[in-house]
Amino acid sequence: MKAFAQLFLSLDETNKTNEKVKVLKDYFNCVPDTDKMHMLALFTGRKPKRVINATQIRTWATEITNIPIWLFEESYHVVGDLAETMALLMPQNTDAASNKTLTDWIGELNSLSAKTEEERKLWLIESWAMLDTQERFVFNKLLTGSFRVGVSQSLVIKALADITNLDAPTLTHRIMGNWMPETYTYEQLIQEQGAADDISRPYPFFLAYPIQETSEKQKSADDLKSALGDAGEWQAEWKWDGIRAQLIKRDGKIFIWSRGEDLATEKFPELHPFLNALPDGTVLDGEILSFQNGLPMPFNVLQTRIGRKNLSKKILEESPVALIAYDCLEYAGEDIRTKTQSERRSILEQLQATTAIPEIFRISALIKFDSWDELATIREQSRAMVAEGIMLKRKSATYQVGRKRGDWWKWKIDPLSVDAVMIYAQKGHGRRADLYTDYTFAVWDGDKLVPFAKAYSGLTDAEINKVDYFVKRNTLEKFGPVRTVKPELVFEIGFEGINRSTRHKSGIALRFPRILRWRHDKPKEEADTLDNLKALLGD
Amino acid sequence: MAKKPLLEFTDKGIYCDKGKFYIDPWKPVDDAVITHAHADHAYWGHKHYLAHHLSKEVLLYRLGEIQLQTVEYGETVMKNGVAISLYPAGHVIGSAQIRVAYQGEVWVVSGDYKTEDDGVCTPFEPVKCHHFISECTFGMPVYQWKPQVQIFDEVNSWWRNNVNNGQATVIVGYSLGKAQRILQNLDLSIGNVYTHGVIENTNEALRRNGVILNPTERITPDNPKDEVRKGIIIAPPSSVGTPWMRKFQPYSFGYCSGWMAIRGAKRRRAADRGFVLSDHADWDGLISAIDATGCEKVYLTHGYTASFTRYLNEIGFDAHEVHTLYGDDEALESVPAEETEGRAGLEGVRAVS
Repeated sequence: MKAFAQLFLSLDETNKTNEKVKVLKDYFNCVPDTDKMHMLALFTGRKPKRVINATQIRTWATEITNIPIWLFEESYHVVGDLAETMALLMPQNTDAASNKTLTDWIGELNSLSAKTEEERKLWLIESWAMLDTQERFVFNKLLTGSFRVGVSQSLVIKALADITNLDAPTLTHRIMGNWMPETYTYEQLIQEQGAADDISRPYPFFLAYPIQETSEKQKSADDLKSALGDAGEWQAEWKWDGIRAQLIKRDGKIFIWSRGEDLATEKFPELHPFLNALPDGTVLDGEILSFQNGLPMPFNVLQTRIGRKNLSKKILEESPVALIAYDCLEYAGEDIRTKTQSERRSILEQLQATTAIPEIFRISALIKFDSWDELATIREQSRAMVAEGIMLKRKSATYQVGRKRGDWWKWKIDPLSVDAVMIYAQKGHGRRADLYTDYTFAVWDGDKLVPFAKAYSGLTDAEINKVDYFVKRNTLEKFGPVRTVKPELVFEIGFEGINRSTRHKSGIALRFPRILRWRHDKPKEEADTLDNLKALLGD
Repeated sequence: MAKKPLLEFTDKGIYCDKGKFYIDPWKPVDDAVITHAHADHAYWGHKHYLAHHLSKEVLLYRLGEIQLQTVEYGETVMKNGVAISLYPAGHVIGSAQIRVAYQGEVWVVSGDYKTEDDGVCTPFEPVKCHHFISECTFGMPVYQWKPQVQIFDEVNSWWRNNVNNGQATVIVGYSLGKAQRILQNLDLSIGNVYTHGVIENTNEALRRNGVILNPTERITPDNPKDEVRKGIIIAPPSSVGTPWMRKFQPYSFGYCSGWMAIRGAKRRRAADRGFVLSDHADWDGLISAIDATGCEKVYLTHGYTASFTRYLNEIGFDAHEVHTLYGDDEALESVPAEETEGRAGLEGVRAVS
C-alpha cells in the first residue's frame, strides 16, 4: 500500500504528462503483478465493491476524530472529498508500519462481506491505526469507491505500453469489458496473442471530435471546406441524442455495453430478439433511443428508465427503445475495424436488411448532400429531427480508438440560451473544493425569481474566483452547504434542449445547462422571463 | 444603561472610544494602532500610526510618507488614559498582538498569529485578558500543520532534486513573512537564493530595520540562466503564470501555503509541489492560544468564523462572530492577484482606501 499511496502523491506532485507516465512506470516496475492488475482496475473506473456502507464509515470515522458530526460535515464541504476529509481529521500517525500490499488490502476488504458489523468496525479501526495520512487517504478511497485520480486511462495505457512492448490500441482493447483483477492476470494481459479473450469484451469506442471548439465560434460552410476538403469524401448522419452502445453477439450470447463500460444487457429487453437473431461474431455500434410512432423521443424520456432497477410494464410502454445502428466492428467473427467507413457501412446495411424487426434494429440514415453549404442548411433542421446536430465521417476512415481528431467530427447545433440571475451557490468538489462553483439560476416570473437550472461549468478559473469573492460577501442566508446570494450577477445559460417537467418548480427541465458567459453588461432586471423560456418549448 | 465595551466593532475597524483610537482600521482615521504590515491590516490614509519597531521600514516602504510611532514589545503607550502595549504574535517579522487596558479591564487583539516558533520572528506569547479578539483563518479541524523542520526537509530535497535534473526552482510565498521564513530555512549549501523584485524590496526594508537575513540576489534579465538553474528563486503569488516566471523554463514551481493542505486547493493552483506552510495557527494552535488567554469572551474576526465560533461555544467558550475586512492576505488568496499582493505597492493601497 505504501507504493500505491506514493503513486497518488507523486501523480499529484506534477502537472507534466511525461513525468506522470514516468511515475506510473516506476509504480508498475516496483509492485507485484497482482497489484498491477488491481491498480489498473481502479484507474480504469472499475470500482471496488462497497462492502461497508458510507454512513457507517462516516460514523466510525467521526468517532475516532472526536469532533461533532456537524463539524465533520462542514469539514467535508471545505475539503470536497470524503476520503480526504476522513484522512485529514484523524490524529496524525507517525509510526505507521503496515507492509500489506494493495492486493492484501483489497482481499481483506472483500472478505468483509462475510463478517458481522461489529467485526467490520473493528477491522476498519485497526486498519486506520496502521496507516499514515497519505495511506489512509487512498485506503479511504478504496472504501468509498470513488476513484478519480486526475490521470486519464490513455496515460496509464501509455506507461503500460512502454513496459510491455504492446501497442496502446491492443492494450486498450484488452482492458475493456467485464474483467476482475482477482481472475484476470497480468500474464494474460501482456501475452503476445490475446488468446484468453473473453467473449463479452467490447472494442474501445471511437469518439468524434467537436468541429467547433466552443459554442461561441460557429463554423461556416467555408470553414468546413477549408478544414475538411471536398464534401464528397464525407458521409453525414444525424447526431442522435441517446445512449451510445456497443452490441455483441458471440457464441450464441448477447451483450450490450454502454459507453461508460457498463454492461447494460438487461436494461434493454426490447433489443434482445433482433440481437439473438444476428449471426455469431457480430458487433454493432449505435445509439439506443426511446421511440414513439416511429419517431425518436427526447432524451429525458429515456432518462426516466435508465436509473430503474426493475423495468415495469408501464415504463416499457411509455419509453420503448430501439437501436439506431451506425457501424459494424466485427463481422463473421472477424475484427473489421481496419476496413473503411464505406465498407463497414455496406456490411451494416446488409445485416440490417435481413432483420425481421426493422422498427427495433434501425439504421442511421445517410444524409444526402452535395456541398457544405447544403449540409449547413440541412443542419438547421436538427431540432426538428430530435437530433443534436450532424456527424461527419470520412468515407475512408478506419474505426479508431478513443477521441481522435481527423476522421470523425461532430457538428452540433448552437445551444439555446437565456440570460439568468444567480440566486444560490454551493461549494464544489475536487479541485473546486472550498470555492463556490455550483450555482442555481433563476428567471423572472412577474416580480419573482424562479429557479430553473443548476450549472457548474463554463467559467474560467479567474471568473470563478471573482464569483466566489462575491458570494462570500453577499450571502443572504445559509442552508447547510447552500448559500442564498443577493440576486445581482447575470449569466447567459446555454442548453441543448428543453422539456416540460412536473418535478421542477419552474415547470421545465433543461438538457446540459452550462454557463456560456458572464453578462457584466446586464443588470438583473434585464434577465429573461419564464415566459421567454417556455416559448422555447416549441409546443 | 449597559456599560459601553472598551473595544467595539465599527464600519471603520476595531475602535476604542475611551482612548479615541482604532486598531487595524480599513477606512482613514486619525489614530491607528497596527498589528502588522500586511495590506489588509495596515491601510493607507490614517493621520497617525503606532506599530512595532520592526514594522517600521516595511510600513514606510508600503505606505510612503506616514506619521509613525514605533514601540518595543511590552512597552506601554498611554492614549487618553487607556494603556496600549504590544506582544509578539509570531505571524511575520514585527507582528504584534495589541493589549488594551483600562481600569482593570483587558482586551487583546490578535491580528494574525501562529503558535509555532518559525525561528525568524519573535515567537507568539499568550497574553491574559478578559476579551480576546482572534483570527481563525484556518479554523477547521482538517488543518493540522506538521513541524516546519519536516516541511523544509521536503523543500530542500525538492530543490536539490531540481538542480540534479537541470531545472530551475521557483518557490512561491508572500513577500512579507513567508518569503523570509523560506529564505532563513533553505539549505544554502545547495545554491544561491534569488528574489523577485517585490520580495527583495521587502527584504531591503527589513535589513534597513536591522533584521539580519541570509544573502539574496535580486533577479534581473542579466543573470545567466545556467547559474539561476542551480539556485532557487523566491517569488510572490502574483508572479504565478506570468511571462516573468515562464522565462525560467524549464522549472519546477512550489507553493508554500496553509491552503496546500487540501488536495483540491493544491490542484487548483496547479503548482508542481504544494508545501503546507502557514503563518497562521492551525486548528489546535487556535484553540490552545485562545485557551491560554483565560479570556471570558472571544470574538472571531476572519476565517471560518461561523463554524469555529459554534465549536468554541460547544466546548465551553463564550464565542462571538464579528464582521471585519481582514483576511484578504492569505484567507482570500484566491482573489485575483492584483487585489492582494498588488496592494503591497503604493498605488494599489491608494486605490483601495
